[in-house]
Amino acid sequence: MQPFSYHQVEQADTAIASARLDQSMYLAGGTSLIDLMKLNVQTPQQLVDINALPLAQVEQQGNGVRIGAMARNSDVAYSAMIRERYPVLSEALLSGASPQLRNMATVGGNLLQRTRCYYFRDTAFPCNKRVPGSGCPAIEGYNRIHAILGGSDRCIATHPSDMAVAMMALDAVVQTRGPQGTRSISIADFHLLPGNTPEQETVLEPGELIVAVDLPASPFAARSHYLKVRDRASYAFAMASVAAALELQNGVVRSARIALGGVGTKPWRAYDAEKALINQPLNQNTLQAAAKAAVQGAKPQKYNGFKVELTKRTVMRALATVGGMA
Amino acid sequence: MNSSDMKSVVGKPLNRVDGHAKVTGAARYSAEFPVAKLVHGVTIQSTIASGKIAQIDTRAAERVPGVLLVMTHLNAPKVSGEAGGDRKLPLLQDNQVRYSGQHIGVVVADTFEHAMQAAALVNIRYDEEQPALHLKEHLDQAYVPQGKIPRDQPPDSAHGSVEQGLATAAVKVEQTYTTPIENHNPMEPHATTAVWQGDRLLLYDATQGVFGAKKKVAAVLGMPPENVRIMSYFVGGGFGCKGSTWAHVVLTAMAARQVNRPVKLVLGRMQMFGPVGFRPETMQQVSLGATREGNLTALRHAGTSITSTFDEFIEPVAKTARMIYACPHIETSHRLVRLNVGTPTYMRAPGEASGSFALESAMDELAYALKIDPIELRLRNYAEFDPDKKLPWSSKSLRECYQQGAARFGWQKRNPTPRSMRDGNTLIGWGMATATYPTNRSPASAIAQIKADGTAVVRSGSQDIGTGTYTVMTQIAADALGLPAEQIQFELGDTNLPETPVSGGSQTAASVGSAVHLAGTEARSKLLQLALMDQASPLYGATAEDVIAQNGRFLLKNKAANAETYGAILSRHGLKTIEARADAKPGEEKDKYSMHSFGAQFVEVRVNPDSGEVRVSRWVGAFGVGRLLNAKTANSQLIGGIVYGIGMALMEHTVMDPNRGRVVNADLAEYHVPVNADVPSIDVIFVDEQDPHVNPIGVKGIGEIGITGSAAAIANAVYHATGQRVRDLPLTLDKLL
Ligand SMILES: Cc1cc2nc3c(=O)[nH]c(=O)nc-3n(C[C@H](O)[C@H](O)[C@H](O)COP(=O)(O)OP(=O)(O)OC[C@H]3O[C@@H](n4cnc5c(N)ncnc54)[C@H](O)[C@@H]3O)c2cc1C
Ligand code: SF4
Repeated sequence: MQPFSYHQVEQADTAIASARLDQSMYLAGGTSLIDLMKLNVQTPQQLVDINALPLAQVEQQGNGVRIGAMARNSDVAYSAMIRERYPVLSEALLSGASPQLRNMATVGGNLLQRTRCYYFRDTAFPCNKRVPGSGCPAIEGYNRIHAILGGSDRCIATHPSDMAVAMMALDAVVQTRGPQGTRSISIADFHLLPGNTPEQETVLEPGELIVAVDLPASPFAARSHYLKVRDRASYAFAMASVAAALELQNGVVRSARIALGGVGTKPWRAYDAEKALINQPLNQNTLQAAAKAAVQGAKPQKYNGFKVELTKRTVMRALATVGGMA
Repeated sequence: MNSSDMKSVVGKPLNRVDGHAKVTGAARYSAEFPVAKLVHGVTIQSTIASGKIAQIDTRAAERVPGVLLVMTHLNAPKVSGEAGGDRKLPLLQDNQVRYSGQHIGVVVADTFEHAMQAAALVNIRYDEEQPALHLKEHLDQAYVPQGKIPRDQPPDSAHGSVEQGLATAAVKVEQTYTTPIENHNPMEPHATTAVWQGDRLLLYDATQGVFGAKKKVAAVLGMPPENVRIMSYFVGGGFGCKGSTWAHVVLTAMAARQVNRPVKLVLGRMQMFGPVGFRPETMQQVSLGATREGNLTALRHAGTSITSTFDEFIEPVAKTARMIYACPHIETSHRLVRLNVGTPTYMRAPGEASGSFALESAMDELAYALKIDPIELRLRNYAEFDPDKKLPWSSKSLRECYQQGAARFGWQKRNPTPRSMRDGNTLIGWGMATATYPTNRSPASAIAQIKADGTAVVRSGSQDIGTGTYTVMTQIAADALGLPAEQIQFELGDTNLPETPVSGGSQTAASVGSAVHLAGTEARSKLLQLALMDQASPLYGATAEDVIAQNGRFLLKNKAANAETYGAILSRHGLKTIEARADAKPGEEKDKYSMHSFGAQFVEVRVNPDSGEVRVSRWVGAFGVGRLLNAKTANSQLIGGIVYGIGMALMEHTVMDPNRGRVVNADLAEYHVPVNADVPSIDVIFVDEQDPHVNPIGVKGIGEIGITGSAAAIANAVYHATGQRVRDLPLTLDKLL
């Protein structure tokens, strides 16, 4: 770890003002950031501790729900409103990390957690995301945990969040405040594909603070499910995960949301898979069509070819569960 | 006078005597000694796997406030890393890089933070060479090891001719099995605090062997061994990686001498992957031949494992094949391939754990090929004596293990057809395997001292690596001395105490336990002799056989009123204490008997047919391990071994980057060990077993046998569930899709 200064703030405005300094970062739960500072992967000169900001509520907002950026992952997961109205989000949160980590981790921090790519986390390796232009050893290296969707020849790292995948299925909106004022950003637009600039992971501007995530009311959110496949029963990142939500009318799909985790370079919305279901009855054929569409264009690497088949099967199983077929 | 005369403390599920100290934090581990003027060391490690350090720039590091020393090959004192037994240690003596993660420097600073900061600022330029990284690519360079496998056995063995045995076989199984690199991951990382007092060196070290550490450190630093003292009162797990003295221990001592201050150095979790050993990758060929009736006609187990370019460690995978089944033609061999990796080392049941995966999987394949129940197949080839040494067993309860384990598990309800058992969509599989581990013992000494206040102190070097040594030795001493356990203070973990062996090979209970038993018994006899010969004693004139010892008193068997406390005898003789020392060592029993623990593992797995996820849902293990010293700690050791086996079977895998040879998953988030959710309740059965031959206290080792057979039992269960035979560990979901 390299030396840094530490600053505690109680108001969003002061936070934003303090963070405008170069090389400054917000400190929320610290479960992603502090780890990476210990590894010298992130070396901010100043930490602005935002834990005292009054942004931890989960509350009714119009017909939807507003989740404060500082709400802890556990509190969101166990909130009655979330469990009843957005079960996929509660399930996704509870499938992540461990109870201790979930008690610390915040909604804002979870959206911005960094990739688990081994090479990103070890400064002995080059990495385009960590040091732009230095190369991507994962492409030629051990890439079992890497993405099959959304990669570029510069970076194939997955976005590791489970929560964000559920939010993708729920059409969540990220509310921010920054030096330029406030913004509402659709979750689908929030994370960026690596392309030629894998170091740029989101549309956030320097110093921009996430204040909340809004979940709109929807006809499908209550019939939703998160299915996560992993290497051990708990406390492991997804090999493949699916957030699925369906609105059914007389056995026919009226609206569908399918988002994928563990396989994409960002929380991945499978639009084509959703389209394959619209106005179709749920049966083995339509599930298969959706599964196939979900991995359309997948680019497997040497060690993660299994993720294509695994993703298809996970999509089918998640849909079968929400559709009451399983 | 003998122990059956008393209510035995041995065997009771006594709570750990150090439990309170541990949960309150009073127990001091090696990194926790408040030494005056202590400063902090951090090592710098190589980032390439092979080559030379062309330039090392320490200027920026030296400018960090509080930095006292940046020690590299350019300024390190001259020492000999090859001196003394066990491992050869790269100790900053040259610019050669032999593997990624080799310690190539030490930074010492006033605080840990300053040392860490400075270590990151050392700038190194390498002349890189092409490293050798893949076992499969270098198989043509496999060689016959110079060294021996444990118990001084040659790497190869042959009885009869396997070719001939295979030629006559009606059914054959010939397969290759592979196991990956695995790391020990004890909870407590390696940690050393080095304190120089003039010419004398005092080390608080997280070690499984204080005496081995003393000898190695003295030899490397060219010091008389009596000038080195090692202390290790509590060790937070070892599993083998703390069985040898590794480079960081000596480097800490060297650095402390350079800065003239005590230095503490704790390896970070990432630093535990490479420079402190690991279970090496193996490739194992097993050939089995059998008659239609299931009698083995041939058994060959040929193992190749990796070692470093500068030292040799043999994973003795084929050791078990020499003794486990009756077969006229048995051949085994061990080969090594040198790669640019750190030197591998013992890891819980080295050889038995990895080897039993191959052999016991192959036995299952043979059972299917013959359509014979896997237990029945093993019974048909039951070894009534050791087929390698041609010696009788000191005791063997394997048949009872199969029977009792199968009964508890409900094995007879098993339909052997793969994919025949389901729960909804979930595939269910039942598998079993044989477990075995040798009963080891080494010379060990102990001193027992009875005090006038009726308490006793018993001392023996040794170490408690979390297994419960303090507790079981207290129990043995209690019985030997005729005192309640609470009256006994057991001291260990210091080279100033009587010498003992490394806590490895599951031998501490047998070795140290025998010494403690003999010392305690002797001290009590001495005290009794005083009384028997003393006219003032109510025991005067009786013989030792007439007397029983109980709760710190001697009393006549048939006249309990004639009794006297230990304290009374001592004070009448004006003695503060009476003590005895025992130097115990194995005798001729090892020439007369083959000595092993045996067991049978029974597993139920549930496999998700869509995702390939395997979860273990039920476990019964039955073991014949001689006399139990403590029912509770014994149960924990077996459970721990089995949990280790679940990890080995399903997830543990140290992955090296295929191009640069750096471990990429060197943390506990990505190197998976089982979490609670991966472990079902584990039912351990101890088969009643009396072994009068193994050692004076009748115990066999229990620390390692639990993992043996575990991975095979799981793989066999997965085959039963899915019809897919996975011969390559770990058994991750991608292999079942
Ligand atoms: C061992 C381990 C296992 C894990 N397993 C999983 C898993 O299975 N699934 C999963 O989804 N996650 C997992 N996680 C990740 C965990 O969910 C994240 O670390 C956590 O959500 C991050 O939240 P935080 O509040 O601690 O973020 P911090 O570490 O405090 O911050 C992370 C980043 O976000 C920025 N930031 C934080 N809050 C704001 C804000 N309001 N506005 C702007 N910027 C902000 C910080 O500056 C920093 O860059 C795991 C983590 C660990 C360590
Ligand atoms: S995949 Fe991305 S994060 Fe990983 S090494 Fe390549 S560039 Fe870096």
